[in-house]
Amino acid sequence: MQKIGVFVCWCGSNIAATVDVKAVANAMRSEPGVVYSTDYQYMCSENGQNLIKDAIRDYKLDGVVVCSCSPRMHEATFRKTALSAGLNPYMVEIANIREQCSWIHKDMEEGTQKAMVLARAAIAKVKKNAPLTAGTTPVTKRALVIGGGIAGIQTALDVADAGYEVDIVEKSPTIGGRMAQLDKTFPTLDCSACILTPKMVEANQHENIHLITYAELENVSGFVGNFTARIKKKARYVDETKCTGCGICTEKCPSRKGLNAFNMGLNTRGAVYIPFAQAIPNVAVIDTENCLHFKTGKCGICQKNCSAGAINFEQKEEILERKYGAIIVATGFRPIDASAFDEYAYTQSKDVVTSLELERLMNAAGPTGGVLLRPSDGEHPKEIVFIQCVGSRCSKDAAKGKEYCSKICCMYTAKHAMLIREKYPDTNVHVFYIDVRTPGKNFDEFYRRAAEQYGVDYIKGMVGKVSVEGKKLHVQGSDLISNEQVHIDADLVVLATAIEPDPTARSIGTMLTASMDTNDFFTEAHPKLRPVESPTAGIFLSGVCQGPKDIPETVAQAGAAASKVIGLLSKKELVGNPCVAHANELLCNGCSQCEKVCPYGAITYEDKEVRGPEFRGTKRIAVVNEAICQGCGACTVTCPSTAMDLKGFSNNQIMEEVDAICR
Amino acid sequence: MPMNQEWKPKIVAFCCNWCSYAGADLAGSSRLSYPADVKIIRIPCSCRLNPLFILRAFQRGADGVILCGCHPGDCHYSTGNYYARRRMTALFGMLSYLGIDSRRTRVEWVSAAEGAKFAETMNDFAKTIYALGENVKLEDLRCKEN
Amino acid sequence: MQRELMERIRALMDKGVADQVLAWKRGEFFYDTEPAILTKDELGEMVYDSFCGPNLSKYLIKEMPKIENKILALIKPCDSYSLNQLITEHRIDRDKVYVIGVGCKGKIDVDKIRAKGVSGITGVDENGDKITVHTLYGDTTLDRKDVLLGKCLFCKGKEHRIADETVGESEDTSEGSDRFEMVKKLEQMTPDERFSFWRKELSKCIRCNACRNVCPACSCVKCVFDNPNTGVQNKAAANEFEENLFHIIRAYHVAGRCTDCGECSRVCPQGIPLHLLNRKFISDINELYGTYQAGECAGQRHPLIDYTQEDSEPSIVHERGNNG
Repeated sequence: MQKIGVFVCWCGSNIAATVDVKAVANAMRSEPGVVYSTDYQYMCSENGQNLIKDAIRDYKLDGVVVCSCSPRMHEATFRKTALSAGLNPYMVEIANIREQCSWIHKDMEEGTQKAMVLARAAIAKVKKNAPLTAGTTPVTKRALVIGGGIAGIQTALDVADAGYEVDIVEKSPTIGGRMAQLDKTFPTLDCSACILTPKMVEANQHENIHLITYAELENVSGFVGNFTARIKKKARYVDETKCTGCGICTEKCPSRKGLNAFNMGLNTRGAVYIPFAQAIPNVAVIDTENCLHFKTGKCGICQKNCSAGAINFEQKEEILERKYGAIIVATGFRPIDASAFDEYAYTQSKDVVTSLELERLMNAAGPTGGVLLRPSDGEHPKEIVFIQCVGSRCSKDAAKGKEYCSKICCMYTAKHAMLIREKYPDTNVHVFYIDVRTPGKNFDEFYRRAAEQYGVDYIKGMVGKVSVEGKKLHVQGSDLISNEQVHIDADLVVLATAIEPDPTARSIGTMLTASMDTNDFFTEAHPKLRPVESPTAGIFLSGVCQGPKDIPETVAQAGAAASKVIGLLSKKELVGNPCVAHANELLCNGCSQCEKVCPYGAITYEDKEVRGPEFRGTKRIAVVNEAICQGCGACTVTCPSTAMDLKGFSNNQIMEEVDAICR
Repeated sequence: MPMNQEWKPKIVAFCCNWCSYAGADLAGSSRLSYPADVKIIRIPCSCRLNPLFILRAFQRGADGVILCGCHPGDCHYSTGNYYARRRMTALFGMLSYLGIDSRRTRVEWVSAAEGAKFAETMNDFAKTIYALGENVKLEDLRCKEN
Repeated sequence: MQRELMERIRALMDKGVADQVLAWKRGEFFYDTEPAILTKDELGEMVYDSFCGPNLSKYLIKEMPKIENKILALIKPCDSYSLNQLITEHRIDRDKVYVIGVGCKGKIDVDKIRAKGVSGITGVDENGDKITVHTLYGDTTLDRKDVLLGKCLFCKGKEHRIADETVGESEDTSEGSDRFEMVKKLEQMTPDERFSFWRKELSKCIRCNACRNVCPACSCVKCVFDNPNTGVQNKAAANEFEENLFHIIRAYHVAGRCTDCGECSRVCPQGIPLHLLNRKFISDINELYGTYQAGECAGQRHPLIDYTQEDSEPSIVHERGNNG
């Protein structure tokens, strides 16, 4: 007969308010196999844990059931408690009577009854538990950073400084990301390039950092500590080792059709180009769609003019396969496509621009050399209207836009407004807003300065329509404070478009089996306590890929992710999950069905001598590599003879739970 | 059969550990209520749900069985829910063929972020089961005709 | 045909291709045949006639560890699907079997002869489309097609899907009828009607295990129903799980692998239409995941261990289904 101990937690009043914890503890005392049952205010506290430890020793318990919060919260805690009292940690089961009971039921009687059923199910399961021991695997001391923006760069620098090798995979030809496109940063108004480019150079020169630019992740296999990534390095048609970045090819290129993506398509560039002056690596790249050589087979002017002989039209894409211990996702964001919001006439007028486009229009390295000119006619705009929350904070039922707040728009609009008023005092700036959100250090002061000192006209209300009227943009909006309609004939309209995860994020998430929310932001392992880790072990999150953030927050998160990565890479070996599949060789038919459904290739077959009542002799049997198995259980259901079972979630354990619940 | 006023359905919800169990936790921490008749069994992945467990539940008197897993494409183990989807489709088809109302079996994809969806799903499923009443069929589908 | 076949087997054995053959031999009555492993000396016991309905493929599994050279196996066109499926599942080593595809023009169901009011049967002679039944009370002539086994009416065709050589002619005995007709009819019923149908049928079961024992897909080293650790075994009357759901669990376990050979229904002493359970799975699989025939060739991956990202959701069962 087994000796089970039941421990019912009050969780203060979280559980005790809707579940009669004493009644549950009493009822469990008469369950077969239960030799000890008690309740306590906070089972996870030191005193609570001591209560469990003492009972394990005093009653020689061989199974423990804790009726408490979700196992996702404290299963690990109570397993450690059991271990320290000499009980195998996998002889502990949790009955979730908080999230699944006390918090959702209001009636005491109902909650108590359900808690008892859940406790009985856990008791039934624990009786079928078996002691498990985790295996260990080595850790590859190398990290992969996906994305070379400020988030990726910062994480890479921090990990590399700790002495580990880091590869940054960047899909575009240069690192730098969105921050490189910005003019000034809020709330200090320092130049974005001036603070970013030194970091880019540092990353490039760091002995532990390897930049793999113009490259995409093809496939990732393996698991924490032991990932294998296939990286496709696209053909640049320029030999990186030879190109000096002199830029002669870019000047000589006769094609001028390619849109300059760095300038948000506001001007064009050659078919061979360097994205921007401070690009790293400072190496040209050929855009084959616009290159005359690739289109017609003629031209080749760049090749003739390259004294380094770096142009190579024959270059092929390359596949790199590397092993990593940890992967950091830093895939960043893009502004949403504003053309969906045509009430603001974005597709009808060149003078309706997004904030990121304005950023380029104000940047000294931008298409206008930093002079704010209307894209349509190159004239100075005298009336500028900013429209906030374009595509952000939309209602759930709206046909377009995002439900979330993009977080950075209020502040960058204040920045833009302030900079314009400072440089062009004769220009009027109006800002239509729903709310101005400034929760950050020196943020509200900054906004107030824009409104109070720089005379920016903040109008609480939304714009209904922007219509093109000759050279003017007629803006029709409402002022909710004075409760009247506002009409402004503007020269330039700036849309604070929502930001969304980079479109590559979804496929990367799938490759990494890292969960994402409905907006394609990566989900963190815990929203408060583990904000920089993905629930998938070994995957870390840095920057906007996890949710909208400004630069300091991104850098902070990048550093936090790096410290988690360093913690992982510094481990000698990883203790695995013992809840893995196992094939009973006496029962195994060797039919290979399990192997087909295993997502990790953890199952192989071997001919083995078995001696059982049904079969004696050499038989083909399935063998599970426990270091590779992640414990999903796909194989167990495929197995017709139930030879394949999952430790910790065995057929018997789950059957017992079913029986207990349906009793 | 006369509807017993006291009758409470038995509803078994199998939830994958990574998405739906977490979604249920979120429903809990958001205090979104659903009937106490729903009891959750945690499994690592929707693909761990052996049809035997469902048959067992029905045979032991369950009135409804629901499986919740990560959305297709979001499986923690990449492909588990794709297999679960085919298996459950086949099994539910068979149960319906045997005369078990197909509304008593359901699969719903609930992510860790969808606490509200979890509660809504359970409320709706429980409502359906209440409307269908007691399920006695599989329990009685035995060799002897009573 | 029997003589031709026997001569060919003898010749192959003389050449040293194999020392044994998996064939049929006569059972208690002339219309009973049973699987047998015969050596050259025992070859005289072999029969091949219109009563050789049993699918022999499954019996090779047990022989595999014992075979050093090769074994000859007599495989009818419909049996060849099961053989392929077992090769796919690594239960039979293709290299150890010399497959003789035997011709088949449909096998006769003695119960169907009896059902025509013929009793005291002592023998049967065949002439083309007709058969002459000898009885204690004289001879009766019947149309051959009227007394074929149920499974022959849904013949998969005369082609052997696997064979090293073939002996004899085959004929497709299907009458072009839809094998899913009865499945569809059941699907059209209300849930209560379906339930009573199955309850009536399944209540006939005496748990003799004949269906399981004959089924080529039911070839587990140890069946879950014989294994106390699986939770499905019937330990005592207290656990009715097995008793209630034996046929359903069995059908699920062979889903995707069942070739629809029809042996389960053929051997059922109670006449339960067990193949209708398997055909439901096959029909659903065909409709939802594309037509699939288990055992069509070796090495296939069956639809229940496969997927596409666009698969329909399980709610399709409700959308398509009839809940009355």
